[in-house]
Amino acid sequence: MLNDSCRSGKKGQDGKEVGLEDFLSEEDIFDDIDKAKKIFYSLPSPLETAMLIKSAGATYNETVLNDLANVEKYSTNKSKALNLGIYTTDLSFACLFDQAQTSLKYMDATRRLATEMGINDAIDEETMKRLEQNLNKREIVMDIISETFLNSSSYLKENDQQEVAAIVLVGGWIEGLYIGSQMVGPNPVQGNKLVDRIAEQKLSFSIVERMLQDNKQNQLGEENRDIVELINELHSVKTAFEKIEVQTSAVKVDASDTSAVTVLKSQTKITVTPEAFAELQAAVKSLRNNFVQ
Amino acid sequence: MKKYLPYIVTLAALIAFNQSVSAQCKGFAKKLCKLELTGYIHDGNYHAAILTEGEEAELYKTFYSGQNYRLAVCGSETLPPIEFQVVDAYKNVLYDNNQHNDSGTWDFKLESSQQLKIVVKVPVSAQKTEFPNSGCVAIMFGFQDK
Repeated sequence: MLNDSCRSGKKGQDGKEVGLEDFLSEEDIFDDIDKAKKIFYSLPSPLETAMLIKSAGATYNETVLNDLANVEKYSTNKSKALNLGIYTTDLSFACLFDQAQTSLKYMDATRRLATEMGINDAIDEETMKRLEQNLNKREIVMDIISETFLNSSSYLKENDQQEVAAIVLVGGWIEGLYIGSQMVGPNPVQGNKLVDRIAEQKLSFSIVERMLQDNKQNQLGEENRDIVELINELHSVKTAFEKIEVQTSAVKVDASDTSAVTVLKSQTKITVTPEAFAELQAAVKSLRNNFVQ
Repeated sequence: MKKYLPYIVTLAALIAFNQSVSAQCKGFAKKLCKLELTGYIHDGNYHAAILTEGEEAELYKTFYSGQNYRLAVCGSETLPPIEFQVVDAYKNVLYDNNQHNDSGTWDFKLESSQQLKIVVKVPVSAQKTEFPNSGCVAIMFGFQDK
């Protein structure tokens, strides 16, 4: 195994040419074991996704949510996982717009899918009762959604189903992109806050890719078909994002601000043409409609 | 069959131990670390693992402009205070909890959306023990409803 300087094949960290003496000894390999890192990729959760769409100026439109009757259709592990994410984003979206009865119905759909996936403790009777009793208290409903999603993701990750947890997250994230892009409709792209927010998701798309690549194989080296299929399905969205430019500057910490909340100053330059956005809109719509079928 | 019995028992014990440790980690994140997000809404994501002294973990996440975030990094009692840094794509260290009394939380907001990396390290304890200590480390995020 070579260290980074050797892998580059040219110069070491001190700028000197790398020679044979810079190769590692067999003992040094054990240093690497100590340094082996656990890597986490964090996508916006369904709750954060819904919050991002709302804060960018989206309005509530129930017709864009996945039809509740569809819950009957999902028979494969992949479709259940994707739609658990999709329904959780829909639920979060309804909750953020204070749609009490709709929230209750979508919580019931997520409960059904979670149970079918073997996650029995994610949403129990007590949770449903607590939800019913607090339907008009948004903060409490948001806390319940957060807790049920934490229950599902922790169950999956701790029962060696990380790849299923990844599929749930991708489903929820795509639903957020779908709702957001549907809300833009035929409105102009330039100066549109919602369009910028959707374009910025390019930053999260690179995390989606890495997360799926990381889960492509299990510990025995066996390929996970659902993940491979999902990577292929996301190809059109990747192509569309490639036509959108998101450039970020280095971040500076605002030291003059003495408040408890640190302000991180930086600039992001987003370049998105109407054609590129239309392509992304179409790719997301097609993919999402394929997921909910 | 008899000769395999000790192996089967050992394997079963190992599986049971792993599940028990995992369940503890989940409980730790839910019941203890989540409390650090009081005043914020937990995003619902679960990032926790058993780490040993000297081990590091990294988390990659995109943070969006206009949101107020709280980052909480917690370690179980068996571990020394967890060190963490927040780094941008240019490798600038934006926050180092070593310079803030080993604080377990950081509140921040961004002028523009950025992909950041959270580097978490379990330091090696000053007290020498026969085996390095292991414990649960959780990384949690909260945001505020606007």
